Amino acid sequence: MRILGLSAFYHDSAAALVVDGRVVAAAQEERFTRKKHDSGFPAQAIAYCLAEGGLTLDDIDHVAFYDKPFLKFERLLETYVAFAPRGFRSFRMAMPVWLREKLFQKDLIGRELKDIAANGFDPSGKLLFSEHHLSHAASAFYPSPFDEAAVLTMDGVGEWATTSVAHGRGNRLEVLKEIHFPHSLGLLYSAFTYYTGFKVNSGEYKLMGLAPYGEPRYVQRILDHLIDVKPDGSFRLDQRYFDYCTGLTMTNDRFARLFGQPARRPEDLLTPFHMDVAASIQAVTEEVVLRLARSLRRELGLPHLCLAGGVALNCVANGKLVEEGIFERVWIQPASGDAGGALGAALAAHYLDREQPRRVPNGLDAMDGAYLGPTYGTAEVERRLTAAGARFEVLDDEALLDATAEALADGRAVGWMQGRMEFGPRALGNRSILADPRSPAMQRTLNLRVKYRESFRPFAPSVLREDVVDWFALNTDSPYMLLTAGVRPDRRREMTADERSLFGIDKLNVPRSEIPAVTHVDYSARVQTVHRETNPRYHALLSRFKQRTGCPVLVNTSFNVRGEPIVCTPEDAFRCFMGTEIEVLVVGNCLLRKEAQDPGLAGDYKDAFELD
Amino acid sequence: MGFLGELWRFMAARKKFWLLPILLVLVLFGGLVVLSKGSAVAPFIYTVF
Repeated sequence: MRILGLSAFYHDSAAALVVDGRVVAAAQEERFTRKKHDSGFPAQAIAYCLAEGGLTLDDIDHVAFYDKPFLKFERLLETYVAFAPRGFRSFRMAMPVWLREKLFQKDLIGRELKDIAANGFDPSGKLLFSEHHLSHAASAFYPSPFDEAAVLTMDGVGEWATTSVAHGRGNRLEVLKEIHFPHSLGLLYSAFTYYTGFKVNSGEYKLMGLAPYGEPRYVQRILDHLIDVKPDGSFRLDQRYFDYCTGLTMTNDRFARLFGQPARRPEDLLTPFHMDVAASIQAVTEEVVLRLARSLRRELGLPHLCLAGGVALNCVANGKLVEEGIFERVWIQPASGDAGGALGAALAAHYLDREQPRRVPNGLDAMDGAYLGPTYGTAEVERRLTAAGARFEVLDDEALLDATAEALADGRAVGWMQGRMEFGPRALGNRSILADPRSPAMQRTLNLRVKYRESFRPFAPSVLREDVVDWFALNTDSPYMLLTAGVRPDRRREMTADERSLFGIDKLNVPRSEIPAVTHVDYSARVQTVHRETNPRYHALLSRFKQRTGCPVLVNTSFNVRGEPIVCTPEDAFRCFMGTEIEVLVVGNCLLRKEAQDPGLAGDYKDAFELD
Repeated sequence: MGFLGELWRFMAARKKFWLLPILLVLVLFGGLVVLSKGSAVAPFIYTVF
């Protein structure tokens, strides 16, 4: 059974190929088109998935789309009716798009597939549509290492559902209950993302990164006015404070009056107020997630939990969930956003619609470490880099690891591109910029000279799985960088009274541990455990760095600049290398040093991408 | 016709036939916009005045 899963037309279009229940390939369209969060039809991602599986479109038994357009349209109409006559402007803008295009998605998908098929692909009878939250739930449960588990999905909104609870067992997955639009934890978080001046749908993780700088002073105000959270974690939002049902913004004047300040414009300064607001909404989000998890544990009595949906990318809330020990084990889909819906739709079609048997995966899970994207062989890398004008040396594996570990220990920023590209928003050691976490200046350097992004944003550590307990208050797998945990107290450096009185960003520059570049102001870190089984090469590099320095930890940040999709090809990597202050680039076995390159190839990279 | 059939079956399955008049109005106005290549209200105004 060969199933192609698709997500498209909203944000983060993607394709995934599932053959006999095995995830063969998955990739986001943005990586190919170089347009962040690309929402277009994922033609290039489909072409890649088919090539990876050695298939053509005619070999595909079913194409599964990740949500149901009619159901979404029903929600739109009912919402407009419920709020009429308010919302006319939004209605007037939305309807032409729907009547012209979105309502006819089935035809559109069929046409697009025909266009990319070699010899007249016939989509009739092959197209399946999965509900948005069922897609998320399927992406969370089926690749998980559990035969039976509770499944919790939370996001902005799909068709109607914004939060859903499901029970997975064997090849079955049953949605038990849902919370419906407009009551949404994801949209509440996005409302605060908007209010604090970040971009909705992409700036949420900035808000999360800002939270540790603040104090959660507004928690009670949020609970009293904005969200009514019940003991079981279910909730309702007071729509009088929000604008997303009827207007073109997330929050309204009443919301601004509640907090005493207008929404921050993106160019305005971040103040302690915004940090406190960020800390407050983060605390509320964690409380809702914990309550939901507790009630789920009580009601279903199952020891395992699977998570997906955009809210499951909130690694701070995930970290709290694991720390609380409500469930014995928690597994989180690495592509928890809408891109992962493509994979979920394919898996739902395979197991639920086609009723295929499921074998619980051995080892970590069935995601192959999320390394599901394109890879480039040595000869191809050399050919492509030569064509791009790069000057490089080709080293054997041992020499390459030595040279890279040495460069890292010398404090250089290294672009590291190896093997298959990751699926999901995180770079996990195959499309990463790596650096020495022991350097107190590294965080600032990477933010301002390599990534060109806001200086308040923290970096995440990769650590050898076998060493994680020696460095972090964590003793579980976190292969997808979806859990935060504290740096171990004995690795911390207590701040002096003067340092403690520093504020915000200045506090970030105070070395707070043996690995300051990855230690946030609250001593937390977003940990990725690196496993020999899923990424032997990255594991070997970390081991080599440990041999040299005694430290089994590296800074791991995605290989891109602000606003740019993570690099996909050797050419993308070379361009990013030349346009930034990355000093060494390693692609496969090719090693490039900045000083050896033709300076004429360094373009204006910083402004090449629209800021996110 | 396939699309209309699907839409009909969708409304039947969801018991949402009350959406039908809204859809008809939308399609009517949509059609008028296309035909008049301007405001959807314009044809009515010209008839009235």
